[in-house]
Amino acid sequence: MFDDLRDLYQEVIFDHNRNPRNFRVMDDADRQVEGFNPLCGDRLTLFLKMDGDVITDASFQGSGCAISTASVSLMTEIVKGKTEAEAETLFTQFHEMTTGKEEDVNLEAIGKLAVLAGVREYPARVKCATLAWHTLDAALKNEANSISTE
Amino acid sequence: MTTFPVEKIRADFPILKEKIRNKPLVYLDNAATCQKPQAVIDSISHLYMHEYANVHRGVHTLSVKATDRYEGAREKVKNFINAKSTKEIIFVKGTTEAINLIAQTFAKANIKKGDEILITAMEHHSNIVPWQMFCEETGAVLKVAPINLHGELIYDEFEKLISDKTKLVSVVHMSNALGTINPVKKIIAAAKAKDIPVLLDGAQAIPHMSVDVQALDCDFYAFSGHKLYAPSGIGVLYGKQALLEAMPPYQGGGDMIRKVTFEETEYNALPYKFEAGTPSIADVVGLGAAIDYLSEIGMDNIAAYEAELLDYATEKAKHIEGLRIIGDAKEKGAILSFVLDKIHPHDIGTMLDSLGIAIRAGHHCAMPVMDFFEVPATARASFAMYNTKEEIDVLMNGIEQLIEVFG
Repeated sequence: MFDDLRDLYQEVIFDHNRNPRNFRVMDDADRQVEGFNPLCGDRLTLFLKMDGDVITDASFQGSGCAISTASVSLMTEIVKGKTEAEAETLFTQFHEMTTGKEEDVNLEAIGKLAVLAGVREYPARVKCATLAWHTLDAALKNEANSISTE
Repeated sequence: MTTFPVEKIRADFPILKEKIRNKPLVYLDNAATCQKPQAVIDSISHLYMHEYANVHRGVHTLSVKATDRYEGAREKVKNFINAKSTKEIIFVKGTTEAINLIAQTFAKANIKKGDEILITAMEHHSNIVPWQMFCEETGAVLKVAPINLHGELIYDEFEKLISDKTKLVSVVHMSNALGTINPVKKIIAAAKAKDIPVLLDGAQAIPHMSVDVQALDCDFYAFSGHKLYAPSGIGVLYGKQALLEAMPPYQGGGDMIRKVTFEETEYNALPYKFEAGTPSIADVVGLGAAIDYLSEIGMDNIAAYEAELLDYATEKAKHIEGLRIIGDAKEKGAILSFVLDKIHPHDIGTMLDSLGIAIRAGHHCAMPVMDFFEVPATARASFAMYNTKEEIDVLMNGIEQLIEVFG
């Protein structure tokens, strides 16, 4: 019945929505930033544990739609062990994938995150997918403890 | 009552024939904005093709024709809401501008530091933010009457908040997020007993029921054209003549003046005093056409039919496991706000869209209402006179399917 939506709601997304990974408060976090999407009211808190410029642990709390929950869940998995620079590169690639032209995107480089490529066809939902990454970006730049997609 | 001619009405709305994602459009986002009948679309193109010029200015034939159409629409609005005079009908951009106009003129002239403005906890942002801005500027105080878990105003609490300091009561006639219809007659009577003027935000109420401003005895009534099957960008502020006369003007410019010298300016008479600049002429004409169209059908017939639709939808929704209706006031208009267990409203919105169903997912510009019900957002199906029970079946079937997919 929802055949048209298969590209958007892939099984991996349902899986991460049902069982979000790294869904916990991190008491000893080095960075803690809140992300807010005023369009839909979604809020998430991202926690990072750093060792020098390496992200050694990432977790989150909050509630959002399936797309935003899956996005932040996948993100916390993939950035663990990455340097700040590597995480920033992923952010750029993710941003290009969800908003930019298809030919610009190296889907291999971003691995599992490719399941979120489908949001490109749904402009109203792009911010659901990118909220997590904007929050990470703010956490890495250490510039604010609260960011908004607007 | 004779059967409501819904099929005939549907045929008058060209957009209802559209396919969305290869499915017939089921448009259930009427509380956000309504679709337009052919008569409204035609009235606008007819004006531009045959009768368009600026109003209240030229002596030439077209200007006279355009002015006649424009002022004719004002007469229609006056009759539609049963105002005493066309002087009481001010054309604005919409409800938001109407409320801001009151804040900038009436409130500035009459409400001072320490005075209170009373609203309710179910207001749209447009009946919150202008008052917050006003209070910030003047030191006046905004008071908010609470609601209960049905989404109804707790009337006793409201009455307790009316004090000697209250200088304006500004309440929504029908809530956009919950569908609640407020006991406005009682509210107005209570305010009148203390000589407090009342502004009603009629944006949602106006397309769903007949509104008689004299019977209500409200001082101001604000509504938007685009929720009344008329174009966007046009709305109405009704005000009692004596109050409007005493108010300072809103914006300065052409049409709102009688005489200008560099030393002083004499303002124009009502309603022009509040209509600076060239107005949205064609949209006003479109509003007049929408009112003609609705008057033919009859607002009471529309209200009865929509009540049937709401009952039908509510009954069906109650049988869906995991669905929680947000707002089940006894007095309620054709709005069904709901949340689903573990499925975010945005996912509901996208899923239903793939079936051709347009609903609203979000906070409905009523974030305090969302906070009260402790939800980030709701899904909202809002009905209009052109909706059918079959469409509600499509909606409910879609909801059941998506629950299964998310399961």
